[in-house]
Amino acid sequence: MASPVEQFRLTPLVPIEIGDVDISLTNSSAFMIAAVAVVTLFLTLSMRSGKLVPGRWQSMAELSYEFIANMVRDNVGRDGRQYFPFIFTLFMFILAGNLLGMLPYAYTFTSQIVVTFGLAFVVFIGVTIIGLVRHGTHFFTYFFPDGAPLWMAPLLVPIEVISYLSRPVSLSVRLFANMMAGHTMMKVFGGFTVALAFFGFAPLAMIIALTGFEILVAFLQAYVFTVLTCIYLHDAIHLH
Amino acid sequence: MNEPNKLPSAEDLDARLKRAQEREAKLRQGSDTPRSSALGQAMRVGIELVAGVAVGSLIGYLLDHWLGTRPWLMILFFFLGSGAGMMNVYRVAGASGGSFGKQRSGDEHDRGA
Repeated sequence: MASPVEQFRLTPLVPIEIGDVDISLTNSSAFMIAAVAVVTLFLTLSMRSGKLVPGRWQSMAELSYEFIANMVRDNVGRDGRQYFPFIFTLFMFILAGNLLGMLPYAYTFTSQIVVTFGLAFVVFIGVTIIGLVRHGTHFFTYFFPDGAPLWMAPLLVPIEVISYLSRPVSLSVRLFANMMAGHTMMKVFGGFTVALAFFGFAPLAMIIALTGFEILVAFLQAYVFTVLTCIYLHDAIHLH
Repeated sequence: MNEPNKLPSAEDLDARLKRAQEREAKLRQGSDTPRSSALGQAMRVGIELVAGVAVGSLIGYLLDHWLGTRPWLMILFFFLGSGAGMMNVYRVAGASGGSFGKQRSGDEHDRGA
């Protein structure tokens, strides 16, 4: 029987090599393309008719739009509106990846630390650049709490800088750990179901509960990732 | 249906406009902590603490490697990283409105505007 972590193995579908660099199309990248395709199709097809009174699909598209629009307004404020396209794309991409991973035999690309860290690092670099562009050198006052005595600076500045640098780590580890742990757990219970033969109905019931829970986690983690991006953006724009 | 006395009066419009503006102003304050479940909060706190320590130690390790001062900088940055991790947790836990040590006095209006 396959091990519970077998599902995270990368298998090249189309081997491509440029020089010594392996850029093969793997199952992970295939599912990323699938996620982009699903989101694009979902949004364009459901909004094609664009009725004043929305139908089911149009309601879902409008709901996701308004959900993120409200999130950006609540967490970033007015100035955040121009970053809405990025935040919306980020949310839909992660959500589609998480949900596609719930299909049997599908590959969950958000269970790979390199993918989530890549996303988190883009957010981190982008937010830092936005902060620098908006505030110039004033941005660096972010690393020294206002009102603290100056002689504390040698201690406080490194702590603040490390705290700032730990953001992409905590952001990516949270998403990756949740997805990987959940999928491993489901696979472990799947193994129990087979091993227990007739009595397998007990772990099977657990799998049903876990599947529901995993779908909740898929939504929740996409939400948390996006909300934290909004909070970091808020910090960069307003410097508190 | 369209009797003039059924139309919303100017006072009514004013009242509704004021309510909407208040709601908008409340939204514009912006919250610093996402409203998530207790389990999510606990998970977040744990990861924030570990991330601070891990990043601090990694910086110390790399600096040691570069400057050849093993193991002193790693020890120093381990403790700085622990401080950063606790700072992260303190912020997540929402002490002083989640903006501990970040509030610039007299700059209140700038927040979430």
